[in-house]
Amino acid sequence: MTDATTGAETLHDVTVTVNGVRRSAAVPARRLLSDFLRHDLELTGTHVGCEHGVCGACTVLVDGAPMRSCLMFAVTAQDHEVTTVEGLCSAPDARVAPTGESMNPVQQAFAECHGLQCGFCTPGFLTTVTAYLEENPSPTSEQAREAISGNLCRCTGYQNIVKSVLRAADIRTERAAEELS
Amino acid sequence: MKPAPFVHHAPVSVEEAVSVLGEVGHDGKVLAGGQSLIPILNMRLASPGHLVDINRVTGLDSVEVTPEAVRVGALVRHAGLERSAEAYAALPLLRQALVNVAHPAIRNRGTTVGSIAHADAAGEMPAILALTDGVVEVAGPSGSREVAWSDFFLGALETSLAAEELAVAVRFGRFPAGTGTAFTEAARRHGDYAMAGVGVAVTVTDGVVSGALASFVSVTDVPSVLDLGPALDGAEPGSGEWDAALDTVAEAVRGHVEPEGDIHASADYRRMLVTELTRRALPRAADRAGADT
Repeated sequence: MTDATTGAETLHDVTVTVNGVRRSAAVPARRLLSDFLRHDLELTGTHVGCEHGVCGACTVLVDGAPMRSCLMFAVTAQDHEVTTVEGLCSAPDARVAPTGESMNPVQQAFAECHGLQCGFCTPGFLTTVTAYLEENPSPTSEQAREAISGNLCRCTGYQNIVKSVLRAADIRTERAAEELS
Repeated sequence: MKPAPFVHHAPVSVEEAVSVLGEVGHDGKVLAGGQSLIPILNMRLASPGHLVDINRVTGLDSVEVTPEAVRVGALVRHAGLERSAEAYAALPLLRQALVNVAHPAIRNRGTTVGSIAHADAAGEMPAILALTDGVVEVAGPSGSREVAWSDFFLGALETSLAAEELAVAVRFGRFPAGTGTAFTEAARRHGDYAMAGVGVAVTVTDGVVSGALASFVSVTDVPSVLDLGPALDGAEPGSGEWDAALDTVAEAVRGHVEPEGDIHASADYRRMLVTELTRRALPRAADRAGADT
């Protein structure tokens, strides 16, 4: 774990495909995936709330499935594909907030329905809901609540988040119809 | 908070994993899904010097259904088992219980075998292993062994796994034809640890109960199975006799469980809760038993 002479921690070269780009950094084994994304790769869109899996703010997609990045080590993510909130939109520069059509349907819905206030929890909601709608494209209001039950929001009272999930499902349908026509 | 420093080992075979576990002994912990372990590390409730990360070990990620059992490898995520159509057809109880395990994002990462090896009294899957008369397959330095569930769980967070051993799979036993199952629990917030939970299996032959079992979450130190046969055998689900038998069941459950009180619920409340949950689960299981025949 540490070098006997220098006291420095042993570093591991970790390579992860993040938002379609192969990214590497040398990190200690104890580096959480959340901190790897934020500190080492400077992708600060992923937020860190409770750091024990309860709040859901740090949720990212690992090989397409939502997971808590605070409950994974970067070394374990080696060679896997991670999608963060920055990777959800199709804007050319993921560090700039997307607008209009470059937003993914969930982002657009959250903007339209006021599905956020302070925005701290939003990255976790966006990744969770994006993956959820892939599997369940037309949820009921009840199912939408169930889908977001693993994410905490202290501002909104959730009403507008539920609306956003339902609106996102509609936007997905609208966009699919536009592509066909 | 962040975990304390540790040495990361990434074996690629069971043999290598067991050999590393043998070298590091009690200073080592197995990391699979990490959904219970990493919070403990983050909060520094534990700081093992070595983590043996088995995520790259091959051959541990399959679900196999045999006439007797559903075998689940150590790297099968809760979500994978929950979605397995074969496992659901063979043992619906697995999915009935798994949907209660935390939230989907946790189930996408956490493993079923890991939660059994963790042996948390609030864990759903240890109770299900007990209810299905399951077995843990263990690899160690001197070969492999099988441990019956009743010999596996020693206490809260304590199992008979030795430091140099790895749980490579569990086998959940299948129930005889004509058996219906149900699982239900109550938590303060959806997805939280349950204050109390129960899984039941009811076998119905020629319209009357010929066997009934229950096991519990959060109200016993280690998983234990309560035989409800003496109370329910011979009763026809839905009849007056059945309703009277449910009162006997409630009495038996109250006597069997040993809940502890904490900030979330008092011991008395948990005892009342689990009794009521059992009353609700049994008719559901009996209905499903009827649908099966």
